[in-house]
Amino acid sequence: MNNSIIVKRRRIKPGDAVLTLLINLSAAISILLLIGIVGYVFYRGIGVINWSFLTTVPSTMNGTFGIAGNIVNTLYMIILTLLIATPVGVGAAIYLNEYAKPGKIVNLIEFTTETLAGIPSIIFGLFGMIFFGTTLGFGYSILTGALTLTLMVLPLITRNTQEALKTVPDTYRSGALGIGATKWYMIRTVMLPSAMPGIVTGIILAIGRIVGESAALLFTAGSGYLLPQTGKAMLDKIMQPGGTLTIQLYLSMSKAQYDAAFGIAFVLLIIVLCINFLTKYLIGKLDVSHR
Amino acid sequence: MKRNTSIIRSYKNKSAVESAAQIIFICCAFVAVLAVVSITAYMIVSGTPALAKIGITDILFGTVWKPAAADPSFGILYVILTSIVGTFAAILIGVPIGVCTAIFLAETAPKRIAAIVKPAVELLAGIPSVIYGLLGILILNPLMYQIERKIFADSETHQFTGGANLISAVIVLAVMILPTVINVSESAIKAVPEHLKSASLAVGASRMQTIFKVILPAAKSGIVTAIVLGVGRAIGEAMAISLVSGSSVNLPLPFNSVRFLTTAIVSEMGYATDTHRDVLFTIGLVLFVFIMLINITLTKILKHSNVEE
Repeated sequence: MNNSIIVKRRRIKPGDAVLTLLINLSAAISILLLIGIVGYVFYRGIGVINWSFLTTVPSTMNGTFGIAGNIVNTLYMIILTLLIATPVGVGAAIYLNEYAKPGKIVNLIEFTTETLAGIPSIIFGLFGMIFFGTTLGFGYSILTGALTLTLMVLPLITRNTQEALKTVPDTYRSGALGIGATKWYMIRTVMLPSAMPGIVTGIILAIGRIVGESAALLFTAGSGYLLPQTGKAMLDKIMQPGGTLTIQLYLSMSKAQYDAAFGIAFVLLIIVLCINFLTKYLIGKLDVSHR
Repeated sequence: MKRNTSIIRSYKNKSAVESAAQIIFICCAFVAVLAVVSITAYMIVSGTPALAKIGITDILFGTVWKPAAADPSFGILYVILTSIVGTFAAILIGVPIGVCTAIFLAETAPKRIAAIVKPAVELLAGIPSVIYGLLGILILNPLMYQIERKIFADSETHQFTGGANLISAVIVLAVMILPTVINVSESAIKAVPEHLKSASLAVGASRMQTIFKVILPAAKSGIVTAIVLGVGRAIGEAMAISLVSGSSVNLPLPFNSVRFLTTAIVSEMGYATDTHRDVLFTIGLVLFVFIMLINITLTKILKHSNVEE
């Protein structure tokens, strides 16, 4: 902020006034859009939400159109994707930051990670459908969807872990190695705990991506909405099709069932809000602990 | 793992674990490379058969899309044009608003207001794209339909779309790229060295002159990055616009019902078979080529700006 006397005293030029107006107007548009979107979804959605909407599955016999099955599918999708993506993403970050020497290989890996982050989800959907679904034979299933999403969230986890590892001071490394720890021991006991907030941030951002994803899942995980049976059937579930909340929202919307759509949109917004606050909190923590 | 009580005894074991760890990490790192290579390979392998079967020019430059007719025709020129025109229009609307909001956040906003607006913009980025689509259908489409009825009241040739047209889709896309554009250009503007600003103000330039003649040119590469990322997001978006943009393949005129590259795949893949399906993969390949071009441009820009610094 420049509050110097000279700037203040100068007469405001008409051109400047127009530009200032433009800037303020744009900011107003952006903020009004957000308030409008969130407000409208809350306004239309809150009336739909009740206990039976959250705990039943669609059934003409019982006259219910709940989303419990989709909530469970979303949880399956999150857990399965993270189980695969987190070790791989963190491993890749460790290699890039701790083992690799700068050069062509690192450039290649970083370029492909960037590329992966830039590929639109519909392409992932097509690839997942033919590779995981057809070539590997998983068909339309939660597993196919989770494997597809793994590729999508990998860059998020790798990058956040890498950033976190970069902020760990070199003195920690020399300290650990100096008293005789091996490299893997040093990574396991010093680097990973120090980088934990960054890793968790990556995971939470990944959850946000998984929850919001639709195009990549439509042709990979399909659109089942039933609850899994208990016992072994809970494991079988990953080989069956299952639509997440976002997919169900899309399907309801294309069938013009707007009430159900807004109910799901409301639930999704709440999740997104929570994720937002959580990342904020964690990133704040990451900054403080390394300053 | 064994406690290493002595350095010498567990040496052999340790080195095995060490190299195993290293190999595992290398494998993890190469997953990304493998993924990009196989996605590229699969897109090419599944996208080219239709090109060979029907003919490159017939597909890419054909204007008739009748995949289910007795005498099917698979021209996707209008689909490609729609994606290009739609993305360009969304950029034209979204980038000025986004860059101005970024200026507001980085330069002119009172601290307290910036502290509210910034997280709000981040929240906008996290909203699932289907929700944008839902609002597009229920808010934009009826509005567009009213406008459409006024404009084309006397027209006999116009096909009424019920408001699902190119404009609706463009507006949804413009809103969706806003957070990307705002965030990236804001950090670019904030990274401009303070002394440039002070020098400009010191020689008597007004605040707006400083912003538009000194700060923005200095933040140029960051803003270009923001635009390229916006293009990538807009051209790749599928679900938000699939129901908002209408459902027939037409020339991308404002009030026409149109199909984008992405929405053609989304809405037809469910039931397409044989050649029709192959052509949808060709559409995927076209989209993939666009995205790769955008990615490569982005890497070039980023490298260039690193060199300058």
